Amino acid sequence: MKLGRITGKVWATVKDKKLDGVTLYVMQPVDEQDTPLGPELVAVDTIGSREGDLVFWVGGAEATFAFPQRQIPSDVTIVGLVDRLDLQQLPSS
Amino acid sequence: MELGRVEGTIVSTAKTVRLKGFKLLLVNLIGPDTKPSANHVVAVDAVGAGEGEVVIVVRGSSARQVDDLTSIPTDTSIVAIVDSIEYKGKTVFQKHG
Repeated sequence: MKLGRITGKVWATVKDKKLDGVTLYVMQPVDEQDTPLGPELVAVDTIGSREGDLVFWVGGAEATFAFPQRQIPSDVTIVGLVDRLDLQQLPSS
Repeated sequence: MELGRVEGTIVSTAKTVRLKGFKLLLVNLIGPDTKPSANHVVAVDAVGAGEGEVVIVVRGSSARQVDDLTSIPTDTSIVAIVDSIEYKGKTVFQKHG
């Protein structure tokens, strides 16, 4: 899983029926310092996150296991909200 | 998933049997600003998208989770037609207007 910052929201009425009812966000993948990594993606939200939140997300085939009863056509799914990130200060070599 | 704009239709007579009957579109991958990029993909259309529309593209084996596409050889599918995009608090794209 990777970290991401929610930067926007996408509305789509016409979509695959398996995506009905899901929230689609624009998400910027980031590193632990909140620095952007690569292009922004469209992510399926499963946890009720909101714009501006720091989240962790799963990519690839595993992203289809977003909900207990069904698989969805997603390759980027938000699976957790970061409440706090504690970084250990490692001694520099 | 990624945002894309449909730039064209692929016409292909000689294609693998399982792809027969599916619409193949050329999609330019874009960011939330919807500006054109240098990256294009060929995608199987699952939602009836048309040229010029902004769409959502799914890649990898997730692209086969659409009901009609479970057993066809695709790694890139269009799963939604975008109505609007809000980015950093502003509406940056609207389909009509």
